[in-house]
This record gives sequence, C-alpha cells and structure tokens, in this order.
Amino acid sequence: MRGEGRVRTCIGEADDCYVSSSRAQRGDLPDALWKGIAVGLTLLAMTQNALLKAIVEDKKMGVKRRDFFKIAGVTALSALTATKAVSAFAFGPSGHGGETVSKDNAVRWAMVIDTRKCGKGAQCKNCPSLRACHEAHNVPDIPNKKHEVKWIWQDSYDHAFPTQTHALIKDELKTRPVMLLCNHCDNPPCVRVCPTKATFKREQDGLVMMDQHRCIGCRYCMSGCPYGARSFNWVEPKPHIKKINRAYPVRTLGVVEKCTFCAERLAKNQGPICVEACPEKAIVFGNLNDPKSEVRKILSVSDSVRRKPHLGTSPEVYYIM
Amino acid sequence: MLEKALVGNKKYWMFVFFLLVIIGLGFLTYLCQLSQGLGITGMSRDVSWGLYIAQFTFLVGVAASAVMVVLPYYLHDYKAFGKLTVLGEFLAIASVIMCMLFIFVDMGQPFRAFNMILHPTPGSVMFWDMVSLGGYLLLNMLIGWTCLEAERKSVPPPKWIKPFIYLSIPWAVSIHTVTAFLYCGIGGRSFWFTAIMAPRFLSSAFSAGPALLIIFALIIRRISHFKPGYEPIQKLAQIVTYAICINVFFVLLEIFTVFYSAIPEHMHHFKYLFVGLHGHTGLVPWMWASTVLCLFAIVLLVNPKTRKKEHLLVIACVAVFIGTWIDKGMGLVVTGFIPNPFDTVTEYMPTYREVLIALGVYGIGALIITVLYKIVLAIRDREIAN
Repeated sequence: MRGEGRVRTCIGEADDCYVSSSRAQRGDLPDALWKGIAVGLTLLAMTQNALLKAIVEDKKMGVKRRDFFKIAGVTALSALTATKAVSAFAFGPSGHGGETVSKDNAVRWAMVIDTRKCGKGAQCKNCPSLRACHEAHNVPDIPNKKHEVKWIWQDSYDHAFPTQTHALIKDELKTRPVMLLCNHCDNPPCVRVCPTKATFKREQDGLVMMDQHRCIGCRYCMSGCPYGARSFNWVEPKPHIKKINRAYPVRTLGVVEKCTFCAERLAKNQGPICVEACPEKAIVFGNLNDPKSEVRKILSVSDSVRRKPHLGTSPEVYYIM
Repeated sequence: MLEKALVGNKKYWMFVFFLLVIIGLGFLTYLCQLSQGLGITGMSRDVSWGLYIAQFTFLVGVAASAVMVVLPYYLHDYKAFGKLTVLGEFLAIASVIMCMLFIFVDMGQPFRAFNMILHPTPGSVMFWDMVSLGGYLLLNMLIGWTCLEAERKSVPPPKWIKPFIYLSIPWAVSIHTVTAFLYCGIGGRSFWFTAIMAPRFLSSAFSAGPALLIIFALIIRRISHFKPGYEPIQKLAQIVTYAICINVFFVLLEIFTVFYSAIPEHMHHFKYLFVGLHGHTGLVPWMWASTVLCLFAIVLLVNPKTRKKEHLLVIACVAVFIGTWIDKGMGLVVTGFIPNPFDTVTEYMPTYREVLIALGVYGIGALIITVLYKIVLAIRDREIAN
C-alpha cells in the first residue's frame, strides 16, 4: 500500500510539483483549511477502510452485525465527504489511483480534434492553443531541437499518421496541420514500463499523470510511448521560459514531462486550456462515458481516427479527418 | 585476502594509476553532467537512450557469460575449467557493477535511484532487471570469494556453496533474458519488438564474454606464474565458435523475417543500420565493420587449423568482441529510436564528454578486475612457489 492513495498537496516550496497550486494561493486560509479537512477525512476514511478490512478478514473477532454496519456506514460517509472535498477544492490528482475516489469510471476524459478546422483562422499562424498551453504550464522554449520540451505541437499528416499515408494523398491533407499531444491511453505503455509508478493512470477519470517528484529520469517511458509525446528536461528549463506563470510549477532538470489534459483546470471544473484558446473551436473535450457529451456526439456522426490504433494502447485523442 | 592486491610490482601500480586517472577524468565529467544535465550528451528527445544504456546492455551479456565456464565445470565435471571459473565469476562481478553504474549515470535524477526500491513496481521490467542483476552480483561475490578462500587454504570449497553455484547458472540466463525483455516488450519500437531478442542477446553474450576470457587468460599466462592451459582455452574457443555462429544465424533470421514480410515499420530500422534511411547513414560504416569482423572471426574460428593456433585465436577473439560490441553497444539501442515515431530520422552520436564518462565507468570495471585477478594470481603464485 506504500504510496497508494496518498494525497499530494504541493503547498509551499514545491517548485516542480505537477499539480499546480499554489504560489498564488498560498496563505489563502479557507482554501488551505478545506484542504486540511479533506486530508484529514481522507486519512480517516483510509484508516477505517483498513480497520474494516481487518475486521472482515479476522473472523475470530466475531464482530456483531450492527457494529459492522456502523463502521461501514461511517467509512462510506467519510469517504464520500473526502471525495467531494477533494474534487471540490482544486486538489488535482490524489496521488496514485486513490482508494477514496470512485472507481466506477463515471468519467473518462477524451479529446476530439477536428483537423478540418485546424489552422484555418487568421490567428492560426501562431497557434493560440499551443501558446496558451505552453505559457500556462511553464513549458520552456528551447532552441536546440534535440532538447525540445513539448506538451502540444503541430506536425504534418504524414508524420502524425505514418502508417496511414500514401504517395497520392490529396495536397490539402498533406499540408493540414495535426495537433499532437499525449493520448492519455486507456492502456498506456508508459505507465506499464515506469519502474517507480512516477507516471500513472488516474483511476477516476483515466488521465495519465506524472509525478515529477518521484521520476528518476530513466526515460523508459519515452521508449515506451509510441507517440513521441514525452519530453525529458535535458537542460535546465527555467532560463528558457519567457514569463514564468507563478500559479504553475516549473520542472527541474532530469525529469520527464508531458500534457496532463490540464488536470489542474479540470479540478476547478474548467476544460483544458488548448480547448479554450482555439479560435476555430477545433478541439473538443469531454466525458467519453457520458452518451450525451459533445465528444460522443461528434464521434457518432463524424469519420474519426486515432494514432497507431494497432498497438492496442487505446489512445483517447480522436481526430476528425 | 584483499591485502594481496596492495602488493605489486611497479608495472602493476602504474597500471592501477593509469586506471585511476581515467576514472578521475570520467568522474569530473560526470560532475559536469550532474550540474548541467544530460544535455551534455548526444541524446535527444527522439533518441532518448544512447551510449550508456547500450554499454549496460552489452555488459549484462559479458556478466552472464561466466556461466559458460561454470556450467561445464560443475554440471559436466569438465575439470580443465576448474582454474578458470573464478576468473569468470570475477569478470561477472566487474561487469554487473559497470552495468549498475551505467544505469546510474544515465539517470536524470540519480539521487532518487532508491525510488526503484521505495516504490517497487513489479509491472515494470526494469524492476526485475534490478532484482536479477543485484541477485547475480551477490551470487558471484559469494561464490567467487568462498571458492577462492578455499583455494587459498588448499581445501575443497565448502558443501553449502554448491546450491548457490547451481542457482547461479539459470540466474545468469535470467539476467540477459530480463534485459532483453526491457526492449522486446515495447510494442511501439518495432526494431526491438521481436521474440528472438533474448536468444540473440544470449548468443552474442556467450560469444563476447568467453572471447574476453580467452584474451584475459592469455594475458595472465604472460604476466604471472599461473599458466592457463592450452586445453581449457581451446574449449572456450569452441564455445565462442558455436555462439558467434548462432548469433549470426539469429541475425539472419531477423533479416529474413523483416525483409520477406516487407513491413515498412520493421524494415526501416534495418535499412538505417545497413544502407541508411532518408539520407542518414551514421551507423552504416559501423554495422558493416561489425559484420565483416564477425564473419572474419567465424572463418578463423570454424577452421580448426587457425583456431588451434593461439596467436590467430586471439585475433579472432578480438574481432568477436569488437564485432558484438558494435552490434549491441552502438547499433541495438540507438536504432530502436531511428526512425522515430513520426517516421523521421534524428541521428545520434555520443559527445566526447559522454564518451569520457563511459570510459570512466569502464575504468572502474577494469580496476575491479585488476584487483580481483591480482588476488587470484597472488594466491596461485604462492601455490606454485610451494
């Protein structure tokens, strides 16, 4: 159980922590207070859960039915409260998986990118989505291409879909930009290979997250990722960030990073910033498990593809061609 | 017994000093990497593993090859290997330590290395690689030291060591199998995605490792009173012969599968290696050199007339070692990343600082071998004197 279900708060000097919090919010008492309560309740729920398990397993103790339900009731209640508190108060990912969070996967975040709309607008020369993302997340702009850090970027159709192209493909498709980012796979190879669980799939909504405090920089995940979505901090990133966003951590040398589907914004019930910034509304984000969500609606009426589906990673970024 | 390494002639100390200088240079360069980051290497976003991980992979093979002297001696009672087993085990110790150091210098956050133990992840092959390498190191230290201690006292090795020796045989196979799984379990890198990876690793290991042992044995014969005999060296030469032939056979199997099926994703990597891809030919001369060296070695080794002449045998062994080193230490890891997932090519060449750090690690390995072999030779010299 070591490390499981722990909650990361990232208050204070957590400079390179992956969840934003909180330079801007530091000293914000009600928020901190709620966070404290949430941590307390989570811990309480965890202890009770463990207690309950122990009681159920240890039949010799002969617990009375009534006592059992008492404990079960309190556990359920506090777990619920904790979950609520966690999601309501901008907690971001609760460590790795997190027993306190619902596992019924009511939510499965996914993205649909309409490549027909992409790059068509007047502002698109200097893609606002890309800029917004990299500015919000302190992604450095490193001139040496070999050391580049990218969370979201554009490439040609040929490069995005190298196994689904041919010589006679129409010119418009050839020159059409394709937005690339982490696919937040349902079956992520990067998570499978990571030797420290520094990258992990969030149980509650399927996001593939990074714990930059735990990453040892072995770069096995970069070998594992078939989409080239991961970047390593080959050089000190700070000097290459034009304007540091104090509300989001800056990464340190020697760790891997990637798009997080804006976990810090999702926690505040906001969508990813690239979606918000796109002037052509080419990117749509939503819950794949909700039949009424916009992503589901679009997928049900459009021709969509995913990158390298034959690898069985089940990517959750869909492209309308 | 360690004190025996502290007594030596001038040449011994000069060699130790030379190694210390190389280690020192490597260490200073490593400090530079520690402060400036892995950006001082030739690695990149696209080719995210390079010289370090390749050396690690190659040396796992050298480590595993100790089994090629241990197995005939203990399972087939092949007496002629009796004096060589400890040399094999000590070579394994030095190799495994180098492997671990290469992993360490490759880490972006080396001070967090213990996260591998604090957060054990059985789903990751790297976790199992750590377990198997660590176990193999302990086994060889225990076996090598105990047997040498017994030899020093002129008594047979204690009975309790036997189960450990038997365990070390499958364990040697496991270290290289698990290391192959690091690569062949990744579906997105089609160059590595081949079930024959582990057998290939083992065959190249069982040619490179014993070839190195032959070279060491011949050097030892020149510089000490302990004279490794003609017979065990010839037996080792036979092992090298079979292993290098099987290794080339395995490579040909890969080439047939890849080019007859003609799946572009799989062909591109091999094309990059042997003819170049999209105009990039960085590894082509190396791979042809490797091919020529291996074939040249096979000609010398398969022909009994040349194999039985030790001065030709040593040439063949050097060719085998360099040939397999290029194949694994340069070709295998880097080519997995070329072309990248976008079917474009970013080439890789190690920087001189990266090479210095790698040489430093090799220096540490050479120092460990020097010290351990010195102890063995000192004990044997005394036996001979008595």
